[in-house]
Amino acid sequence: MMLARIDRQLGWATPLALVAVIVIVWEIAVRATNTPAWLLPAPSGVVRSLVEDKDILLPNALVTFSEVLLGFVSAVVVGVSLGITIYRSATLERLLYPIIIASQTVPIPALAPLLLVWFGYGLLPKVLVTALVGFFPIVVNTVEGLRSTDPDVINLLRSFGASRGKVFRLAEFPSSLPSVFAGARIAVAICVIGAVFGELVGAKAGLGYLITRAIAQFETPRLVAAIVLLSAMGTGLFALIGLIERIVLPWRKYTRASRS
Amino acid sequence: MTSPANPHAPDGTPYMSPAQAPRLELIDIVSTYVERGRRLTALAGLSLQVGKAEFVALVGPSGSGKSTLLDIVSGLLIEDSGTVFIDGELTAAAQRLGKSAYMQQRDLLLPWRTTVSNAALGLEASGVPRAEAEQRASAQLQRFGLNGFGGAYPAQLSGGMRQRAAFLRTILPRKDLVLLDEPFGALDALTRADLQMWLAGLWEQERPSVLLVTHDVEEAIFLADRVIVLTPRPGRVAFELTVSLLRPRMRDMIASPAFIQDRATLLHALGLVGHSST
Ligand SMILES: Nc1ncnc2c1ncn2[C@@H]1O[C@H](COP(=O)(O)OP(=O)(O)OP(=O)(O)O)[C@@H](O)[C@H]1O
Ligand SMILES: [Mg+2]
Repeated sequence: MMLARIDRQLGWATPLALVAVIVIVWEIAVRATNTPAWLLPAPSGVVRSLVEDKDILLPNALVTFSEVLLGFVSAVVVGVSLGITIYRSATLERLLYPIIIASQTVPIPALAPLLLVWFGYGLLPKVLVTALVGFFPIVVNTVEGLRSTDPDVINLLRSFGASRGKVFRLAEFPSSLPSVFAGARIAVAICVIGAVFGELVGAKAGLGYLITRAIAQFETPRLVAAIVLLSAMGTGLFALIGLIERIVLPWRKYTRASRS
Repeated sequence: MTSPANPHAPDGTPYMSPAQAPRLELIDIVSTYVERGRRLTALAGLSLQVGKAEFVALVGPSGSGKSTLLDIVSGLLIEDSGTVFIDGELTAAAQRLGKSAYMQQRDLLLPWRTTVSNAALGLEASGVPRAEAEQRASAQLQRFGLNGFGGAYPAQLSGGMRQRAAFLRTILPRKDLVLLDEPFGALDALTRADLQMWLAGLWEQERPSVLLVTHDVEEAIFLADRVIVLTPRPGRVAFELTVSLLRPRMRDMIASPAFIQDRATLLHALGLVGHSST
């Protein structure tokens, strides 16, 4: 109750305040116990690394960012297309769904080295891993969203003589969008992990690559700095999708049902 | 079965020229649903006609198959047996799609479309480009009491406005046959009376053939030229009444002797005398 009231008054400041509290406690704990930086760096050490190593961190962050972005966009394109295909054909649903689910059980650490052999050390294998882990929630949510179309609305359009394609364009596809966006928000967070996974196995650049090196050289502050950048990336992309959603679906802020 | 003799030749050729044919003619329509293995008859040999520029109201107990009937006429549902003629032409369900404007029990406005785009949906579905459809919808906002709300989303509209937007969507493609399934069912009494008056005026300007389903006997008399009463399930025509009110319809007609006489007749036919008047 009280937390909710404080939250309403502070708005954006609440999560920041929480982060600040965690950081301060962490800093005090590390200093009080005299923990060496290679074991657990204090936040101040991480910040120092962020500043001092920015010429290493930023270019590598950019590499990871492009992998995430390319992988995510591919995941959306493939995921939405597969979702539509599955929705429109029961036969293809029976054929494709088992394969799609199986694709999610493939252990990425086993697959990534293979991709490395096939496609080399460049961007492509990372983008593939990223897309592979990201497309699943989008497929599932696209199918669910399309199925949520009000059957009476479909009948309404049919009674006006609309073709199947027109029914899809006017009713089914728009009905699916809120669910597709929900899937995209889940996917974008997973995509960040996917890109790092791809890099951990073998890369010449990227935050995952930096992390592997930092571990080997006990440069823990830089390791944590890389993780901080990854979190910022995930949070930022998540927020960006929320923004796009508000622009693409402006009507949602008026729906009574979705605002309890 | 219990219907009048089929006025058409056995091969379905109409006995009269299309110009003389009624807008809609249903002969011996049978419709069943299969529910958990049991076959349920919704319509058991229903026959009726709606003339050109005629407003026919359909009243009957809940479950007597009124919505089923409109589903069949619109082409959404395939009849088990019986024949449907539109403008004297024998039609299969698939051929009837697009021939009528069907307003179902719920307003079915799309939450992501503004009033104008929602109103344009019927036109768009029947092939008119979106921009043109929306322009034609905009031009009618005033007449449908939606002025100033063209850009609003359905969640921002009152119940009466939503219903008028759904009406505009239904009327805009100017189909010769309009099917209305309890269009005022969800509204409060005042809004309802308001919209009935408005619909009567609208109909008198455009004069499409209308088949209106309603639970409200007074609404049926006030709006229609003819009222058809269905039996409880399975539905058949139990009774028909030609309304004695003149046109144009005025609000104060509901107190006239002719209205009261018609209402008594219908309530008697419905077996509702002594219960409620709705
Ligand atoms: N999709 C369906 N599946 C199974 N049974 C159905 C279906 N639709 C309607 N029915 C049944 O058919 C009968 C007629 O239904 P219908 O909706 O046509 O009645 P109605 O006259 O429109 O009723 P109301 O006035 O309550 O709207 C009812 O007994 C109903 O339970
Ligand atoms: Mg009904």
